[in-house]
Amino acid sequence: MFANLAEKLQRTLKNLRGKGKLSEKDVDAAMREIRLALLEADVNFKVVKDFVASIRERAVGQEVLSSLTPGQQVVKIVHQELTRLMGQEQSRLATAPHPPTVIMMVGLQGSGKTTTAVKLALQLKKGGRNPLLVAADIYRPGAVQQLEILSQSVALPCYSHSGATPVEICTGALKQAFREGNDHVIIDTAGRLHLDEAMMQELKEIKAAVKPAEVLLVVDAMTGQDAVNAAAAFHESVGLTGIILTKLDGDTRGGAALSVRAVTGCPVKFAGVGEKVEALEPFHPERMASRILGMGDVLSLIEKAEAAMDRDKARELEKKLRRQEFTLEDFRDQLQQLRSMGPLDQILEMLPGGAIPPEIKKLSVNEKQFTRIEAIIGSMTREERQNPSIINSSRRRRIARGSGTTVQEVNRLLNQFSQMQKMFKQMGNLEKQGRLKKLKKGKRGFPFF
Amino acid sequence: MSLLERFKAGLARSRQGFARRLDFLFKEGELNEAFYQELEEALIAGDVGVETSLKLVEQLRQDAARNRLKEREAVRELLLQKLTEILTAPEEEPAPIEPPLVILLVGVNGSGKTTTAAKLARLYREQGRKVLLVAGDTFRAAAIDQLQVWADRAGVDLIRQQPGSDPSAVFYDAINAARARQVDVVIGDTAGRLHTKVNLMEELKKIHRVIGRLHPGAPHQVLLVLDATTGQNGIAQAARFNEAVPVTGVVLTKLDGTARGGIVVAVRETMNIPVRYIGVGEKMEDLAPFDPSAFTRALLAAES
Repeated sequence: MFANLAEKLQRTLKNLRGKGKLSEKDVDAAMREIRLALLEADVNFKVVKDFVASIRERAVGQEVLSSLTPGQQVVKIVHQELTRLMGQEQSRLATAPHPPTVIMMVGLQGSGKTTTAVKLALQLKKGGRNPLLVAADIYRPGAVQQLEILSQSVALPCYSHSGATPVEICTGALKQAFREGNDHVIIDTAGRLHLDEAMMQELKEIKAAVKPAEVLLVVDAMTGQDAVNAAAAFHESVGLTGIILTKLDGDTRGGAALSVRAVTGCPVKFAGVGEKVEALEPFHPERMASRILGMGDVLSLIEKAEAAMDRDKARELEKKLRRQEFTLEDFRDQLQQLRSMGPLDQILEMLPGGAIPPEIKKLSVNEKQFTRIEAIIGSMTREERQNPSIINSSRRRRIARGSGTTVQEVNRLLNQFSQMQKMFKQMGNLEKQGRLKKLKKGKRGFPFF
Repeated sequence: MSLLERFKAGLARSRQGFARRLDFLFKEGELNEAFYQELEEALIAGDVGVETSLKLVEQLRQDAARNRLKEREAVRELLLQKLTEILTAPEEEPAPIEPPLVILLVGVNGSGKTTTAAKLARLYREQGRKVLLVAGDTFRAAAIDQLQVWADRAGVDLIRQQPGSDPSAVFYDAINAARARQVDVVIGDTAGRLHTKVNLMEELKKIHRVIGRLHPGAPHQVLLVLDATTGQNGIAQAARFNEAVPVTGVVLTKLDGTARGGIVVAVRETMNIPVRYIGVGEKMEDLAPFDPSAFTRALLAAES
């Protein structure tokens, strides 16, 4: 895995320390790592080639800032360039000069057009708009019902017309929108292969008939090298105005975002981040850049943590940590909250490398062990949890029996816990000296990191 | 168009891009470093993955040196052989089971589970088996209706409950119904779920447990439906699903596009999960048993 590009680059460039500038040779070595990382993230290989070439130019001769290591310096350049390529800031939906604004959703089968259409409509509705959804997928069984049911669930109107062609459906919907005063019309078209000429022709006809302000390509974030082929073909035959990336709530690095952007030149406008109809977010190029580089999506992680954590509890815990009163009970609470955020190694992968002390890494990677640790702590008395030092060998035997584990496991846990306490103590001391201030920014009481 | 023709047409399309590259690559010429690098790139472009591609080319390089190969053509043959070898599952006599045979389809959202369930149902029905479909996706709006349409087209029964009901309960009903109706094959659709959603993966485990409790040894097959356009995330998908419920095989869908589905090589290499079927279109007939040598040949376009 290339989850840790910065670390790798650091190793590659470690001889650089003390040098003033990045030489061509240094950069070559770094570029190889970057190339691999981008490929691993599913960025199309041609896009990677162009990208690496442009980065190379920028990197050679760069002065290594005194505040950064050469590795960090290169990563910083790469990150900046990626962000720039994906669009510096968010791109908004276009509005037609005369309503209704028509938005066409197009894409391959299974990319998430129907769900995304409803998500988009709901967002417009929340912004005070009055959208009409149009069920123009007459091919897939159940597609029309799916859109109808979803529309109903969020109290949005849905236009469908059985027996009509997609073009007829869309023009009919447009008429209804005029009549009913809908300011936005969102058309859910059928999923189709970009190779299917007849189906691509249909899209052209729909476009000619409804003159959309936006033609949005819905792209599965897990797509691999082929993303460019589909996107290029859709762009060529229909003419896209933007992209929506779906299924970003998984653990994909999402290199398709860069590929599709590079090949169409269209901005990514939104990201689908869940199955719920509310789960549509504006696209953040900067976060995406970090994600593609495997540098950890710290911002998303913080959001995730906040969603999973009870704020008051977190604050209390922070206080305890600071006063060094962290008990096994708190530890168990933490484990439970951590688990509610998702599989652990994934959470760890979201973190930039090196942020997690190795003791913690060792402790937490094995998900199954969590259950055992919880059982062990559960078999302790309240007193033991508050003050583990009273746990003598007879208590250890009892705890092992009670939790269905062994004395060795109990010992291991107690050892790890005491190490952790030590670590927190050190952190506390550092904080007193004010050295942790920078690190703490944005952490908002998430004690593990 | 016959199934084979359709399958070929689908594969022909899917290999176009790749074939052009390799044809170019394998034109006569000396075996130099540039050649190997291009080869590596071609594999990566087919979604085989960086790690697997690097490994394959490195092996190829060594084997070529050991066998004193001089021709690009010979190296191509060697690569073909290697890929076929990797993708070939050992022939196993299926263990005798007490009917019905239970097949569970799992995968991320939009990979093509519902369509594949219908296609599989048709395939078994063609073989003269009595098939029962199970509408185990109670979450996605109209997923049940979608499968009902397919079930009607295939002429097989469907066990369904209300949208939003517990999928395990649907399967409980289905197994009982299958026994009562003396069904040969039960094919279960499940809701699409990202492999990172803990609660949804727990739900899947529960489905698996409930089926197994009622019908020991079942589900006999758990097929991971993998979209051929999937990139490296396919490995994570396979790993997570396999952790939750032991995956016995992969159905590689949407091979009729330009995607090459090379991710199955990595899935096979890292998790030893074989590909069982490929999906090559939207029609009920567009499912074919996986043929490693045909797939590899198509991927590398040996016969063109």
